[in-house]
Amino acid sequence: MLGYILRRLAGFLPVLFVIVSLSFFMMRLAPGGPFDQERALPDQVRANIEARYHLDEPLWRQYLRYLGEVAQGDLGPSFRYPDRSVNELLGLGFPVSLTLGLCALAVALALGGTAGILAGLRRNSVLDYLTMSVALGGVSVPNFVLGPILMLVFALGLHWLPVAGWGTWRHLILPAVTLGTFYAAYVARLTRAGMLEVIGQDFIRTARAKGLREAVVVLRHALPGAILPVITYLGPASAAILTGSVVVETIFSIPGIGRYFVGGALNRDYTMVLGTVVFYSVLLLFFNLIVDILYAYLDPRVQVR
Amino acid sequence: MRGRKPLAAFAILGLILAASPSAAQERVFRLNNMVEPESLDPGVVTGVPEHRILSNLFEGLTTTDPKDLSPRPGMAASWSVSKDGLVYTFKLRNARWTDGKPVTAHDFVYAWERVLNPKSGAKYAQQLYYLKNGEDYNKGRITDFSQVGVKALDDRTLQVTLRCSTAYFLDLTSFYTLYPIPRWAIEAHGKDWVKPGKIVTNGPFRLASWVPQKELILEKSLQHWDAARVKLQKVIFMPTEDVNTAYKQFLAGESDWVPQVPPAQIDAARSRPEFYVTPYLGTYYFRFNVTKPPTNDVRVRKALSLAVDRESLTKFVTKAGEIPASTFVPAGMRGYEGVRGLGFDVAAARKLLAEAGYPEGKGFPRLELLYNTNELHRVVTQAVQQMWKDHLGIQVDLVNVEWKVYLSRQSGLDFQLSRAGWIGDYVDPNTFLDMWVTGGGNNQTGWSNKRYDDLIARAACKIVNAKDRMRALQEAEQILVAEEAPIMPLFTYVNKGMLSRRVKGWSPNILDQHPLKYISLER
Repeated sequence: MLGYILRRLAGFLPVLFVIVSLSFFMMRLAPGGPFDQERALPDQVRANIEARYHLDEPLWRQYLRYLGEVAQGDLGPSFRYPDRSVNELLGLGFPVSLTLGLCALAVALALGGTAGILAGLRRNSVLDYLTMSVALGGVSVPNFVLGPILMLVFALGLHWLPVAGWGTWRHLILPAVTLGTFYAAYVARLTRAGMLEVIGQDFIRTARAKGLREAVVVLRHALPGAILPVITYLGPASAAILTGSVVVETIFSIPGIGRYFVGGALNRDYTMVLGTVVFYSVLLLFFNLIVDILYAYLDPRVQVR
Repeated sequence: MRGRKPLAAFAILGLILAASPSAAQERVFRLNNMVEPESLDPGVVTGVPEHRILSNLFEGLTTTDPKDLSPRPGMAASWSVSKDGLVYTFKLRNARWTDGKPVTAHDFVYAWERVLNPKSGAKYAQQLYYLKNGEDYNKGRITDFSQVGVKALDDRTLQVTLRCSTAYFLDLTSFYTLYPIPRWAIEAHGKDWVKPGKIVTNGPFRLASWVPQKELILEKSLQHWDAARVKLQKVIFMPTEDVNTAYKQFLAGESDWVPQVPPAQIDAARSRPEFYVTPYLGTYYFRFNVTKPPTNDVRVRKALSLAVDRESLTKFVTKAGEIPASTFVPAGMRGYEGVRGLGFDVAAARKLLAEAGYPEGKGFPRLELLYNTNELHRVVTQAVQQMWKDHLGIQVDLVNVEWKVYLSRQSGLDFQLSRAGWIGDYVDPNTFLDMWVTGGGNNQTGWSNKRYDDLIARAACKIVNAKDRMRALQEAEQILVAEEAPIMPLFTYVNKGMLSRRVKGWSPNILDQHPLKYISLER
């Protein structure tokens, strides 16, 4: 197992290298630069700034310089926030994005899992149609629509929760629900499908024949098999929730990484965008690895070598 | 068991606070700054949101009057100006930094050298090009800073020598680029000097905390010379970027001031007593590329400008109370009378277009109008597109691009028509007119006019008499907006926002600047 993990980790390096290189050159192909602004800078002032950030050097040398710095774990200075390094900003933003992501994931699993199991057990019942219709709705409503609606109802209408911001658990609820709903809907459909597949199998009949209570049959025997598709989905979903909270972070004014990513791209803050891409890539690779390992434990048919 | 006593103390404190729940809260002012400040280093920043914070953290030689923005004494208690208007001698007051050190003339010299030093790469270095040899030092043509026109005669006397007599120099000295800087803090902490616990400031407020993208908190500074005037205890700057969210936060009582209103909510906002709208020192206009046909023909440019009904545009499209304008310098500039621009005259527009060879728009090539992604720009360009079609029979295509693409296409003259906006730096027509000189970095139309260049140069340096100077600027604007028309102004921007009714001491003004030391909150 350890050997497998080490081999996978070593495999990350060439992948990361390709990602960094591609992103570096693609970012530079975008028209405009970090210091283009409505109020044009005098040529000399622009030259002074570019010299300061080595942007006056040939592109290949900037590229090599950047690779060297990244290899040492230094993602460079932010052009937009000159007092801070990209490492510092990601370090500040990540715990926030992680907190939001985990809560959203919990919402997704709790809502989606429950709905999926119920729907799967009562196939073609009113309950099934109802939960699956709601799930379809959940997938279809984009979070930039759901977020403002929740704000209107729970913050402006009922005054139960704050509109936006960050700091207390009350600030966390609306964004976590907004972000989690989409994934809850997915999880519900996957759990239902998994449940339907497992529930008709011989070992379930055997379990029932042994006289086990229905709850034990469902939770102990059926569920581990039924959630396999969910687990597969969970790897990319966790990464997507963590990296894809961009819109929710903006709407709810949350100090996570997503806002730096979008702001960085719009401002051509090269180092900020590259830094976020590197960070997200590592996260994505890492989650896929975890899923593969989990698989080995949950599904006896899969063996890790 | 060491925690017991503090616990008891907290309990008592809690009881006291509970007894007077509003007393503490009432002196906390929460405002939405709409974006995370890029930096708190006065030599580095260039934006309006940064100004809202820094103008309360630091103080320059002068400050601004909250009503008419005219210069008031700040770190300088008094000053004298030489007869030729070139030499300013500032007498500093007995003021202190937050760490107790006195504010001296050397702190200004250090700050200004730092901004002009080419190695700093300061974006706003041109704010100090007014100094004698300032530009040369920034461009590396001279390396000896003692030749630049700023000297500390002693700890409390600062002598500034200008390149030309500059009527608005005392307005510039209240601007953040010219603030004094604590050398010892920068030498001790490097670029980290702006962080809480390290930053040393000299304004009416000090930095209490700063969590990027979350909040920035200022507290009243007891060291400030004018502390007796300051009524707010604490100010919280929120960085909500989404204007819809910011608006909802205001409605929910989470902020006391939000300086923007979402365009779609204007009608609803107008009916609320907290809504305010005031003219802004900024002009919304279109640029023509005068280097390419058909907009290289002045008759075409004038025809396009004359065919736009600015009254309807502001009344039915922008709707927030914008002021229709066919001139570039906004009205209400101290001492400036203004000129007459090209109004709305369809008959004259058609005649000019026919003279240019396109009677009733026949044979007119398709034009492209460039704008950056923004709700306001979309509706304005669509409305103007329709007016041109109705009044001149010509078809203009709208080209929507992202901000940085827009900027680079505009500066590379890769457009035919483009929408633009300009916000003045200081209250003088020059900030709107000197940008159009030949080859100016913000000209971006390819337009060049010798007479215009001469007038601007004379107004900048040769004319000492204030009235004559304004007359020269007026003549220049006449060329710009009525004779040659490389641009077509559309309207004067407005500040629109929401202000809680418990806020007092808040004066509307054309820069939407509201020094916090004059603001108080009603119980």
